[in-house]
Amino acid sequence: MRDQINRLARKIPTWPLYIGSLIPPAWYFYAGVTGRMGVEPIKAMEHAIGILGLQVLIASLCVTPLRTYARINLFKFRRALGLIAFFYIVLHLLVWLLLDVRIPSQIIADLYKRPYITIGMAGLLLLIPLAITSNRYSIRKLGANWRRLHWLVYPAVALGGIHFVILRKGWQLEPLLYLTVIGVLLLIRVPIARVIPSRARST
Amino acid sequence: MSKTHSLPYSTVTPEQTYLNRRALLGGITGAGLLAATGVRAQEVPEFQIKGFDTTETPNSFKEITTYNNFYEFGTGKEDPARYAGALTTDPWSVEIDGLVSRPGSYGLGDIMAKMDIDERVYRFRCVEAWSMVIPWNGFELRQLLELAGVEPSAKYVRFETLYRPEEMPGQKRAILDWPYVEGLRLDEAMHPLTIMATGLYGKTLPNQNGAPLRLVVPWKYGFKSIKSVVKITLMETQPVNTWKAINHREYGFFSNVNPEVDHPRWSQASERRIGGGVFAPRIATVKFNGYEDQVASLYKGMNLNKEY
Repeated sequence: MRDQINRLARKIPTWPLYIGSLIPPAWYFYAGVTGRMGVEPIKAMEHAIGILGLQVLIASLCVTPLRTYARINLFKFRRALGLIAFFYIVLHLLVWLLLDVRIPSQIIADLYKRPYITIGMAGLLLLIPLAITSNRYSIRKLGANWRRLHWLVYPAVALGGIHFVILRKGWQLEPLLYLTVIGVLLLIRVPIARVIPSRARST
Repeated sequence: MSKTHSLPYSTVTPEQTYLNRRALLGGITGAGLLAATGVRAQEVPEFQIKGFDTTETPNSFKEITTYNNFYEFGTGKEDPARYAGALTTDPWSVEIDGLVSRPGSYGLGDIMAKMDIDERVYRFRCVEAWSMVIPWNGFELRQLLELAGVEPSAKYVRFETLYRPEEMPGQKRAILDWPYVEGLRLDEAMHPLTIMATGLYGKTLPNQNGAPLRLVVPWKYGFKSIKSVVKITLMETQPVNTWKAINHREYGFFSNVNPEVDHPRWSQASERRIGGGVFAPRIATVKFNGYEDQVASLYKGMNLNKEY
């Protein structure tokens, strides 16, 4: 089973992932305009694309533990997952800016007055340098620093999870489940994180 | 915004109400950026409250019945429409107790036979910054309270929603402290705008909207308009309403619609009118949800920034 997955993963190219990633946002937009997203399509689109972004970002964090604990190697897809998550989260921001709030003074006030928006925006800002350096050239150029820089994905995903929990009224189950999964994915990295610096020093 | 009462209804064309006088508010900063994308700024709704009704076009039956907050059936906006069908609303009775001269269990049929059912086209503003216009059918709460006989010492009214987890699946989870409780000051409860709704669009109230009997207080945030009421208690002290108990910084006892007092997590300055589609801009929120002339006198001398 594991070998089959690994063999299959080796055969599948990554480009269909990038092409396929365009389908959900295109569908949400079409569904929103044609009344298939309920009677409040703007919030529905904003939430759908935001949750999808968080899901793909979480999926990108599953790649390493899958190899460590299940020996399933999906490493070739990790960059695509990270970039697609970033793409969705940028779209989530654009829906908020251009369709939802639109009023510049209110956008600016929201950014510093609303903790959940400040936190969400901070998470997105952390992802920007990661998206920019998600290419072979940057990996070569930055060397060991690339790894240090991309450590930022951990605070970024945690901020995304907190953003989701506190934007809901009361303590709701769904966002708390996401935050729990994120917490587990971060915690299982703690012993690994201790090993990495020593390995980095030895090379 | 004009609230003159001199114009006859015939001069008002609802479509024009939406198209006329698009006031551009919004800030200066970043306006150029947004203008470049062709996005319009905030629109101020034009409407009048004539008698009890707003002149705005009501939302469709579908909009009113598929986008609801009724956590007893789940936290999703479509959960109530999906799951509320299981609720048994007949037989139904309301327990009226506390500081009343005729306490007891009042059957819904008996209540309905004694009340004057009226249509009220009300503005409805949710604390989550969305709004609708809803043609309710119902009677003034005042009539029901008078039926039970309010004692002079009563100062507040406490309301309770049905607790029946076998029919209300949301109550199986501790999202809120069930049953849901709301409250009004007695003068708010006796105000002619305050109704108990039993229908909308001339039809029996759908379960997802709080059947068979729900409170509607149009100048307050929607969560004050408690659904599926089974108990009404007249009290001397202020009751603790569910959302205030959860977070008193975010939800006060009064919860009057007020664009100047933000919810700590979001602005209350504007709202999204449901039904506008993907490209409709937000509209400005109005103090007391447009009912300032009718209700502002209830709050004379109060600092509404502190007593929110």
